[in-house]
Amino acid sequence: MSRFALETRGLCKNFGGLTVAANITFGLEPGARRALIGPNGAGKTTFVNMLTGRLAPSSGTILLGGKDVTGLTQEARVKRGLGRTFQINTLFRDMSVLDNVALGVAERLGIAGRMWRAASAYREVRDEAMELLARLGLADDAGVRVLDLPYGKQRLVEILIALGLKPKVLLLDEPAAGVPSLESERILEVLDELPSDIAILIIEHDMDVVFRFAKRITVLVQGEVLCEGTPAEIAADRRVHEVYLGERHHG
Amino acid sequence: MPAVDAFLASLFSIAFHGLAYGMILYAISVGLSVTMGLMGFVNLAHGVFAMAGGYLMITVMDRFGLPWLPALVVACIVVAAGSMVLERTLYARLYKAGELEQVLFTIGLIFVAVALARLAYGTLPLAAPLPEYMKGQTEVFGRSFPTYRVVVIAVSAVLTAVLWFGVERTRWGAMVRAAVDNRAMAQAVGINTGVLFTLTFALGSGLAAFGGALGADLIAITPTYPFEQLVYFLVVVAIGGLGTLRGPFLGALFIGIGDTACKYWVPEFGAFFIFVATMALLLWRPQGLLGRAQ
Amino acid sequence: MTEASATAIGYVGSARLRWIELAPWIPAAAIYFFAPTYLPLGSYVLIMILFALSLDLILGYGGIVTLGHSAYFGFGAYAAGVFAIRMSGDPLLGLAVAAIAAGLLGLATGAVILRTHGLALLMLTLAITSILFEVANKWTTVTGGTDGLHSVPIQPILGMFRFDMFGKVAFLYCLVVVTACWWLVRTIVHSPFGVTLAGTRENDVRMHAIGAPVYRRRLAAYTISTSLAGTAGALLTQTTQFAGLSVLGVELSGEILVMLVLGGVRRIYGAFVGPGVYIVAKDYLAKQTPEYWYLGIGILLILIVMFARGGILGLLDRALARLKKARA
Repeated sequence: MSRFALETRGLCKNFGGLTVAANITFGLEPGARRALIGPNGAGKTTFVNMLTGRLAPSSGTILLGGKDVTGLTQEARVKRGLGRTFQINTLFRDMSVLDNVALGVAERLGIAGRMWRAASAYREVRDEAMELLARLGLADDAGVRVLDLPYGKQRLVEILIALGLKPKVLLLDEPAAGVPSLESERILEVLDELPSDIAILIIEHDMDVVFRFAKRITVLVQGEVLCEGTPAEIAADRRVHEVYLGERHHG
Repeated sequence: MPAVDAFLASLFSIAFHGLAYGMILYAISVGLSVTMGLMGFVNLAHGVFAMAGGYLMITVMDRFGLPWLPALVVACIVVAAGSMVLERTLYARLYKAGELEQVLFTIGLIFVAVALARLAYGTLPLAAPLPEYMKGQTEVFGRSFPTYRVVVIAVSAVLTAVLWFGVERTRWGAMVRAAVDNRAMAQAVGINTGVLFTLTFALGSGLAAFGGALGADLIAITPTYPFEQLVYFLVVVAIGGLGTLRGPFLGALFIGIGDTACKYWVPEFGAFFIFVATMALLLWRPQGLLGRAQ
Repeated sequence: MTEASATAIGYVGSARLRWIELAPWIPAAAIYFFAPTYLPLGSYVLIMILFALSLDLILGYGGIVTLGHSAYFGFGAYAAGVFAIRMSGDPLLGLAVAAIAAGLLGLATGAVILRTHGLALLMLTLAITSILFEVANKWTTVTGGTDGLHSVPIQPILGMFRFDMFGKVAFLYCLVVVTACWWLVRTIVHSPFGVTLAGTRENDVRMHAIGAPVYRRRLAAYTISTSLAGTAGALLTQTTQFAGLSVLGVELSGEILVMLVLGGVRRIYGAFVGPGVYIVAKDYLAKQTPEYWYLGIGILLILIVMFARGGILGLLDRALARLKKARA
């Protein structure tokens, strides 16, 4: 039984001559509240894409719950408890909020491929999806089309879909990105209320969100792990300051 | 040995006639490749411009008595101008639309063009009378070939060279290449993509008209031309890869020579092998030989 | 509060049959009882409705743009014809053979082409229908080449219902088959599978991220769709006792696409309205000069794309919505 819910060992990715990920060894414990930070171009999204299976690594291994998943497809990893959200809303825009969430729930329950009964007859899917919606305060919007929702609520749906998968590990890519500050508080509350047994990795640029949410922080720079530690340790680390201050001088 | 001689002779013949056919296919399809790569627009109606070039040249020769070469030039210019009008009024509205809309629109265009062609010219294929200097045979490498086809190859080769040079060396060419590569970036650096699209579209259509008119003896000009030849133009573009100049050249040679070889050696199979080969290639490399992987 | 669009598909709402959905059977009954001279035309409309339904399943609901669907229609047509000539003229058996054959072809070709998307996919669908056209054209010993298959024998259905020369039995035969297939398509569209199909159409990336076996689902939908198309083709061969090259090729693929879009994609009943209106109008208008017909259809298609993407049913929906607003 591995002590990590999600782990990588020596993960590398090269595009031609360009190294986007260099020997990343990383471990996420069950129930983790981890933030992944780093300047633009550090390779954070590439890392997440490798974790989920959208991108194949050049070398190294990925373990989910102690089992090697490096060669597995996205779908297979989802079945083993890996969920993710996207930095830009990747929703079923023309469908209702309930259907957006129900799709993931149905997959998990194994009924999504059934052809012979109407979808609306599967009450267990609808009930579970409604419960999730209620938990995040979107129960009234169940029948509303996603593209008719304000951006902040769409961002919540983005998280809801992932929650419907009942993941053991959840990767959140900039969950508050693009949300007007009036609505972002809601998202932060939602993050606070996420089940404590899920291991959560959040990619973020917004330091307020990071320091509010994370118990540990991993810093990625130019495809390598620079350092890892508690928020206090990271805030005090000179190297981290250099990396970010250096960036600010250029910007 | 006579058997080997005969075989070599047939090889030369296939290579020659295949090359002529391929060059015409290239002239017609290169515009399609560039505009599809540039505007991301599925233009199934491209064959309409080739057909229009053929019909216009014949009409101009018939009605106004112009000789072959000026008629050809006039046809190309008129088609290019007409295509600009179409592009500005109709095509431009659908650049952001989905694939289905673009397919439907261009099919609608084909229907309209086919109907107009039938009404104006009847259903039988029309022959473009060749000038005297293009009839008869010419000696090439010690063998005798129809002069017309030699002219087709020579003129197309020159045109291809001019085109490749133009795109490599001119500012316009650089802008096209930049916009094909990354449209948003091109706009961000100030390239007027609207004008670029229109001019490129006109050039592509004009080239198609040129290919249609010049190749009227190779690909018969009939009202159903855009439907019948659509597959071949798309195959050339798909094999070569969207948005490139050299890609469709390879595709056109492949189809031109391959089709000619198949029709000569296995006529009972027709174009069967060409399509199967195309399928195999697209499955191995969906982006085409020289296209960019998505 | 804006309602989710489309019909009652999904986990919201109910899939119960509404009365209005039985409307298409009214003109069908009317033709049978009051206008029997139109029965052959009616059969043809029914066959095209089935063909359009099959296309709507993968194009409207699955989001797969194809210009090659005639390949499966034609394959089913020829399969039924060859089977009747060489093995048995029993129509139900022939129908089953054609449906299975077209489904297998769809499974084989779909497995291969569904690994691509966009232009490559479109190209491959064109290539497939062109290949089949070439094969049918050249393999004269089996398909009759440009002459086609003539005098395809057809025996009474279940040994009892002989095909009469007024086309009554043929019409009812088509009606029963189309009704059964309509029920199948409707069931699938409203099922969880149908919702997945909508999901893959709406956002392919997200479907992968929720663990859906996207390729397998698409392939299943494609196979069912091609089987239905083949069934339609078989009906044509059996009711006309003829199968020719016109059941294959790009032009037919284009025409069925036009019929479906005219009625309205992704509405099930668009597949009824479109072919009905198109074929009846064509029969009436195109007799004198077919060129004007194609000119009109081309212009209509362009207008639909520019202004009325939902086709006839889409326009009806818009009109009804405006009426509701005016009343409120």
